[in-house]
Amino acid sequence: MRSDKQSRTPMGLKIAAGLGLAFLHLPLLLIFLYAFTTEDKSYQFPPPGLTLKWFAVTWNRPDVWEALGLSVRVASISTVVALVLGTLCAAAVSQTRFFGRETISLLVILPIALPGIITGISLRSAFNLAEIPFSFWTIVLGHATFCVVVVYNNAVARFRRVSGSLIEASMDLGADGFQTFRHVILPNIGTALLAGGMLAFALSFDEVIVTTFTAGQQATLPIWMLEELVRPRQRPVTNVVAMVVVLVTFLPILAAYYLTRDGDQISGQGK
Amino acid sequence: MPHAVTFQKVSRHFGSVRAVDAVDLEVEAGEFFAMLGPSGSGKTTCLRLIAGFEQPTSGHIEIFGETAEGVPPYRRNVNTVFQDYALFPHLNVADNVAYGQMIRGVGKAERLRDAEAALEMVKLPGYGARKPGELSGGQRQRVALARALVNKPKVLLLDEPLGALDLKLREQMQEELKTLQKALGITFVFVTHDQGEALSMADRIAVFNHGKIMQTGTPEEIYRRPKTRFVADFVGSSNVLSPAFTRRLGGPAEWASLRPEDIRIGAEGGHEARVTGSSFLGNATRLTLDMAGEKLTVLLPAGSAVPAPGASVRFSWEPSALHLMGTET
Amino acid sequence: MTAAAAPGAILPGRGGLGGALSDAFWRNPKLLLFVMLTPPLLWLGIIYLGSLFALLIQSFFSIDEFSGLVVREFTLKTYGELLRPSNLDIIVRTVTMAGLVTIASAIIAFPIAYYAARYAKGRWKAIFYLGVMLPLWSSYLVKVYAWKLILAKEGILSWIFAKLHLTPLIDGWLALPVVGGNSLSVSPTGTFLVFVYVWLPFMILPVQAALERVPTNLLEASADLGASPRQTFSHVLLPLALPGVIAGSIFTFSLTLGDYIIPQIIGTSHLFIGMAVYAHQGTAGNIPLAAAFTVVPVVIMGIYLWLAKRAGAFNAL
Ligand SMILES: Nc1ncnc2c1ncn2[C@@H]1O[C@H](COP(=O)(O)OP(=O)(O)OP(=O)(O)O)[C@@H](O)[C@H]1O
Ligand SMILES: [Mg+2]
Repeated sequence: MRSDKQSRTPMGLKIAAGLGLAFLHLPLLLIFLYAFTTEDKSYQFPPPGLTLKWFAVTWNRPDVWEALGLSVRVASISTVVALVLGTLCAAAVSQTRFFGRETISLLVILPIALPGIITGISLRSAFNLAEIPFSFWTIVLGHATFCVVVVYNNAVARFRRVSGSLIEASMDLGADGFQTFRHVILPNIGTALLAGGMLAFALSFDEVIVTTFTAGQQATLPIWMLEELVRPRQRPVTNVVAMVVVLVTFLPILAAYYLTRDGDQISGQGK
Repeated sequence: MPHAVTFQKVSRHFGSVRAVDAVDLEVEAGEFFAMLGPSGSGKTTCLRLIAGFEQPTSGHIEIFGETAEGVPPYRRNVNTVFQDYALFPHLNVADNVAYGQMIRGVGKAERLRDAEAALEMVKLPGYGARKPGELSGGQRQRVALARALVNKPKVLLLDEPLGALDLKLREQMQEELKTLQKALGITFVFVTHDQGEALSMADRIAVFNHGKIMQTGTPEEIYRRPKTRFVADFVGSSNVLSPAFTRRLGGPAEWASLRPEDIRIGAEGGHEARVTGSSFLGNATRLTLDMAGEKLTVLLPAGSAVPAPGASVRFSWEPSALHLMGTET
Repeated sequence: MTAAAAPGAILPGRGGLGGALSDAFWRNPKLLLFVMLTPPLLWLGIIYLGSLFALLIQSFFSIDEFSGLVVREFTLKTYGELLRPSNLDIIVRTVTMAGLVTIASAIIAFPIAYYAARYAKGRWKAIFYLGVMLPLWSSYLVKVYAWKLILAKEGILSWIFAKLHLTPLIDGWLALPVVGGNSLSVSPTGTFLVFVYVWLPFMILPVQAALERVPTNLLEASADLGASPRQTFSHVLLPLALPGVIAGSIFTFSLTLGDYIIPQIIGTSHLFIGMAVYAHQGTAGNIPLAAAFTVVPVVIMGIYLWLAKRAGAFNAL
């Protein structure tokens, strides 16, 4: 692929990188096209015609709304739990030196490092052993477990920047631990937490593997989609849902990127 | 009136490191007190013990007669100007200065008015809306000062506050700090490793070495009558004479210090030595002399004739200039 | 502040629960650490690790063949079952797929990572970064679904090959033994393509990070010493990028080993480890065998990480 002699103009490299990026993005673009197709029995390409009617059909589907509602509720609560646990962990690891902090980091990363199926099946069998019925809360429990890591990763980097002397300066000026947290630490790590929270939301909103094990009869949006994938019944509705999911997950990712982009500028949150 | 700060046999050990070792100290109310010493001698640790960021391993600390051990920093009416200023990056200058009063629950209008007054005092009026990142080093230093002073602390602690400034700004700030201190009457405890700064600013100086105080006294005392070789050497780079050398120069067999600027070079009288080097310092010239293997430094005032290296000269001093320090090593 | 009572050197506390707690935390920082670590440790250390451990223990139980009930007695019988030819088949198939996916990802990722690390500047750098992050974070299921659309018999890929008059090429490929099938969406080739697509961003990011750490002057020095671009590439760049490739391969390998949805939706009826786990714990109710199956990827990943560590892949991370 690479042109060997001319190292100044690596045309081959340019083409290979471009093709690679195209490989990553074209399939997602195809989703957008299919949301408008008039064909509803097969995945025919090119679409015989374009229409907007499936948006209206999807809009009027209670099962889609139900799944979406459940997903949003699960993702919201998982994000809150992950924010609390991830921030506590990050604070403990970065503000103090203690024996075993590497172990803590490993523990936080484990749920996302192990294949989802292992997390899923072990939680499921633990629920069975403890005779906990599957519910909304069992889904949240699974999701929060692997969402902690994204909050943790975002927070730990920023915590390191709230140097020890800022905290000492605050205490020197009369602020106790809680006041220091409220007026100095929180404003400085705020954007990192926001970014971490958004990523956690996106992660939970999209999760399917662990969810298949920890959900009872309820269907989150990914579970709904999985059923459609395994046994396609309403292809046009699935097309529309897929497109909406792509859009919905892009927004928090873009927001998180812009929030954490300028490493040095911490936007004023105090006033 | 009790002392502003009292240390009784205070030690702070970090494992085997004796950062502060059985220190006795009395800082008087309203004085400008300097802690002087080489790097690692325990000055910062002493300051942190007063501020409450460190707790003594043993010993007793009082601030204006009240026991300070076990009292957290936020309950001590003591403020610190940090070496790196430690301004809050997320707050503008006015909110930085008003931070202490905000914590104490002072109303917004009142504390911003006080902050502006404090900024005026440090010659930064109208800078309130800026972010700390938009200030120069000297300006940040002044904001840090205003942020501490606005709370009217009983003791103000300054940890090498001028370390990061250039020479000109440094000298200007030394003046201003001194003036401010006299005007406000607040006790200042000032850490520095620059002996010139300590001598010119402080009412009294404590010289630190290896976690111990070697000598406490007025600048005059420290400079003229150092008690130990270390103090003589560290403050003003004196000539430290061994007992044998002191004897050869006509004194008793004791350690002695002889200030370079107290030595006169002349044609007759005194002792003979060879010039081994000279360097021009602007307002003076520094000569190094060799007298049969012993080295001496001499500071010649500007305008005097400078003998060439290799020349043989005679040198002498006022009898009172030779300061004896006993026979102990 | 009234003039009547000038404050002393030691101020009274803020009072109330907050003040008391704050003082207690200040006096005893270990208490604060304890309070901060207890909730996450309870959650992750007790609930999560506890579940993993419970699963591990169940892999040492067995199932009674007549009643179908789990016998809670220590035995290695279940692990013995893993060695049955049909189960070994599943393991070999999964590991082979994971290896192939990893190699293909590394090959496709390298030019993207190299371009982003060495040539992209300013705006382009941001575009490349987002260009990798967005697919990485966008919905897994939607990505799989997109490939269902692409690989379908009437889908875009067949259409393109037909337009290029290359349909016989696809048919020929699908007629091959091991890799072929009825159509692309029910062939191992399809499974492979989707795996590569879905995990590719996980390879690009670490490789790019590793390449960004290679100092430019090292490459120039190599060129100065008369190395051809190809020599510079294989003797300087590749060894330095290798830690990144290994880090990326940990993701691609592990994710492929544990996935059960992609081969279920796009692939043949032959099982992968994940599908076997799912099947055994679900309808079959054979939790011990399912648990034993989950131990396989963990052990494989353990060996893999150990080898990577010995190769020094973590030193540069
Ligand atoms: N938190 C700590 N843990 C371990 N050792 C420490 C700690 N703080 C200070 N020390 C040690 O105590 C000694 C005195 O340190 P200190 O910071 O008080 O010196 P200093 O006089 O302020 O020096 P400098 O002029 O370099 O600031 C040093 O040897 C230092 O390494
Ligand atoms: Mg210091």
